[in-house]
Amino acid sequence: MSEVEHVQPGHLLSEREATLRTRALESLLLEKGVLADGAVDAVAGIYENDVGPLIGARVIAHAWVDPAFKARLLADGGRAVKELGITGIEGDHLVVLENTRDVHNVVVCTLCSCYPWALLGLPPRWYKSYAYRSRVVIEPRTVLRELGLDVPESVEIRVWDSSSDMRYMVLPERPARTEALGEAELAELVTREAMIGIATVST
Amino acid sequence: MSGRAIEGVIADMAGSSALPRRNGELVFSAPWESRAFGVAVSLCQEGVYEWDDFRSLLIDEIAAHEPEDGEHYYQRWFASLERLLLDREVVTEAELTARYAEFEADVEAEHGHEHEHDHTDERRST
Repeated sequence: MSEVEHVQPGHLLSEREATLRTRALESLLLEKGVLADGAVDAVAGIYENDVGPLIGARVIAHAWVDPAFKARLLADGGRAVKELGITGIEGDHLVVLENTRDVHNVVVCTLCSCYPWALLGLPPRWYKSYAYRSRVVIEPRTVLRELGLDVPESVEIRVWDSSSDMRYMVLPERPARTEALGEAELAELVTREAMIGIATVST
Repeated sequence: MSGRAIEGVIADMAGSSALPRRNGELVFSAPWESRAFGVAVSLCQEGVYEWDDFRSLLIDEIAAHEPEDGEHYYQRWFASLERLLLDREVVTEAELTARYAEFEADVEAEHGHEHEHDHTDERRST
């Protein structure tokens, strides 16, 4: 184990090697002053614990209560979310897809795992899986059923393939009998899964 | 995403009130994955590279070694990070190799001959 190779194409590190090398690289970058002390802690901590899909949920809830905002959101997602003070939408090409009684949208990235982080936090593990990436395009209804969502035959399923310049987020249907709820309460109902399109929102 | 944009995102995250974490499942399968994630994002924030440059390498890496599942995603992530830092001459091959060997030696010294098998040692992973 004294021979240390790196950047081997396709070479898989063991978990132990990966742990060591990540620490080693971080220490080298800190020493060189390229990385600020504590910067990694801050970033890793924020994305791991605090982001979640809550920013996206806020956007959805706002669209539910404000039809004019919803129209702007569907017309130009990137611009509309900036109205809410949300920045960092990569490339600004955010397309929001509205689920209706007739159409159910689902998002995938067949190339890798492009994902609107700024809105939805980090992607769930299955989103990155080869099984999901390859199969949802071919047999979306079956994959959705396996993930626990039965989409009636009468509803058309549209699968959207993300790319480095196009990110998608699903605007789920507002659940019935939620008229009494405020925007913040509505946001709590919106799950990450619903904004990817593999679940609906329920109360 | 530019460094400034990421900073904006992070500022926004910190400012948002403590909404319940009902979807807050763990998305990293090992601590090193979140470190690798943090390093890549931090370097972008520092302006070492543009986020798109990192992302296109990552896409290439994943395409070149089509994984069976998502298990190795952060391996691709780490390889892309190494590649980019070498390309930009932020670090040299010699420095990296030396530092890896140094960390490897530290662990060898500390653990003696305990680890014939590859495993994640949680105690060293933070």
